[in-house]
Amino acid sequence: MTGDNWSLRESKTFDRNSIDYIRSAAATGLYRIRGFGAKRRVPSFDDLLMKGASMSRYPLEGYRERCGTDVALGTRHASKPIELKIPVTISGMSFGSLSANAKEALGRGASEAGTSTTTGDGGMTLEEREHSEKLVYQYLPSRYGMNPDDLRKADAIEVVVGQGAKPGGGGMLLGQKITRRVAEMRCLPEGIDQRSACRHPDWTGPDDLAIKILELREITGWEKPIYVKCGAARPYYDTALSIKAGADVVVIDGMQGGTAATQEVFIEHVGQPTLVAVKEAVQALCDFDMHRKVQLVVGGGIRSGADVAKALAMGADAVSIGTAALIAIGDQDPSLDEEYKKIGSAPGFWEDYQAGNDPAGITTQDPELTARLDPVLAGRRLANYLRVLAMESQTLARACGKSHVHNLEPDDMVALTVEAAAMAGVPLAGTNWIPGKETG
Amino acid sequence: MNSLKSNAATIDLCERTLREANFALQASNGSGESGYFKVTNPGGAHAIACGLDAPVDVEIRGHAGYFCAGMNKLARVRVVGNAGQGVAENMMSGLVWVEGDVSQCAGATAHGGLLVVDGNAAARCGISLKGGDIVVKGNVGHMSMFMAQAGRLVVLGDAGDSLGDSIYEARIYVRGQVGTLGSDCLEKPMGAEHLAELGELLDRSGCEKVDAGEFRRFGSARNLYNFKVENLDDY
Repeated sequence: MTGDNWSLRESKTFDRNSIDYIRSAAATGLYRIRGFGAKRRVPSFDDLLMKGASMSRYPLEGYRERCGTDVALGTRHASKPIELKIPVTISGMSFGSLSANAKEALGRGASEAGTSTTTGDGGMTLEEREHSEKLVYQYLPSRYGMNPDDLRKADAIEVVVGQGAKPGGGGMLLGQKITRRVAEMRCLPEGIDQRSACRHPDWTGPDDLAIKILELREITGWEKPIYVKCGAARPYYDTALSIKAGADVVVIDGMQGGTAATQEVFIEHVGQPTLVAVKEAVQALCDFDMHRKVQLVVGGGIRSGADVAKALAMGADAVSIGTAALIAIGDQDPSLDEEYKKIGSAPGFWEDYQAGNDPAGITTQDPELTARLDPVLAGRRLANYLRVLAMESQTLARACGKSHVHNLEPDDMVALTVEAAAMAGVPLAGTNWIPGKETG
Repeated sequence: MNSLKSNAATIDLCERTLREANFALQASNGSGESGYFKVTNPGGAHAIACGLDAPVDVEIRGHAGYFCAGMNKLARVRVVGNAGQGVAENMMSGLVWVEGDVSQCAGATAHGGLLVVDGNAAARCGISLKGGDIVVKGNVGHMSMFMAQAGRLVVLGDAGDSLGDSIYEARIYVRGQVGTLGSDCLEKPMGAEHLAELGELLDRSGCEKVDAGEFRRFGSARNLYNFKVENLDDY
């Protein structure tokens, strides 16, 4: 755009995104609402490296010596914990924000790979129950579609206190996506904006939550694992209080976690990075002697088997993926370049999940667009991707001499930056220095 | 709701655990003589008679704690005493009748059924109601019917401040005074349809002698259904 004119210098403070934001706010008087997740750079698993093995640690033979990836979630109180083949779960995403075909694809892919998927703010659909071998039912502040029959059909229950993209904010589904079916499931009129509550209607705080968990267990015969999910606001205390309230599983979602729609200022400026979330949550579990007794699932920006391995090495029992799962089933597909152009976007930049005009047929309720997504093919793609995540995490675990991915430990890693060392609690490479940790 | 038969099975919560009590209640299909239970010595225990899924009759003789009769389906539960927070929360159908007062969030998110409170209800009665009906013979606290989506609340006494804040399509009938109305809630005229449905609710709640014509109706102004910047001061 600036050609060869080397005298032009773009401001780092008022860059083009900032100028566009100011102009848009000035023109409309509205803040920006969008989907996807945080786009700012934050310290992440990319800032950690695995050490591998040498003289002091013996590696395992790839493809020959066994490296387990299985995980059981909900072993504390539930009589029927969830047994997963891989430590990667699909996080909660609602029917309403996603099409029925997309929900079916997530269920198919997760089931084929031996893991669980999760409902969302809007209740359980028949399609996702049928196609999800293991389904976690979210218990949300809105209670849209909430009913005891579906509660009993679920394999686990996730009490949602918050999510990484917007800790402290409620759900948002704008009128253009509220079709008759979505509206009926939520007991609301068609076409109105649905701003879900940010607090639960009948309990407040950890003491009440303990009683709510008791009620959920009594209704479901103490069979099902009860998860508590929080956005990474104050991960140490959120984890400690979840343990105190009786959770079987704590789910902590870092700020890189995605959303179907919320204010951009929320997405980019509220919450803490996933690295911080894992470290503080594990610290709380250890302090209360609950590490590995209450399982920890961590989400927020997980993309690769390396991310999985590093989260587990920091002490998580499993991870959850949302945005990555949508990409696996077809979101941001370069073959849709022309379609994205028509709506002012491009593959890799698409973020207007709230608009309901997703050319990939995933974050939409438009019948013509949703028909573009083949749930069988998309489910197969997700299963492939999940297998790659598992294989990559095994590869790194074997390289560190571990016969199970859960045997990875913080000592298997170093940090590339001072910031990551402090946030993850692993030493800066080439030193034994962990900023913020007292020595001696 | 009539009193229980004299041969109802007794579950004494001094002698049996909550799990044992709820297991027995949940196991009954409500048929014949096996569908009548008396729960004694509740002692304010939480989650009594929750998750029932059959037309059983349960009488709780004493005070109940949080979430009594939570997520009720089909069952008829009577509390001869007071009930704590979230009584009949997310009820789907059936009848829950409390002879005393109830704490906050009574009938929260109920999709169906009828909750009758002979005494008063604290704050946020009927919060996020989704189709159930609530009749309170005394007063209700502030923020009652906050974000209520569908269903009806009938108050024979007074209603606290911010009644019906951010209400959707639910209906509120109040006979006494109303403190203040919440955002997007306004008084609406009483038509024949409203008098008829109110009369029917009063009849089912043992208030046959109460005149439906003494009530005022409140509901949504529907101004906040879609975000408009000109409504900013209402948020």
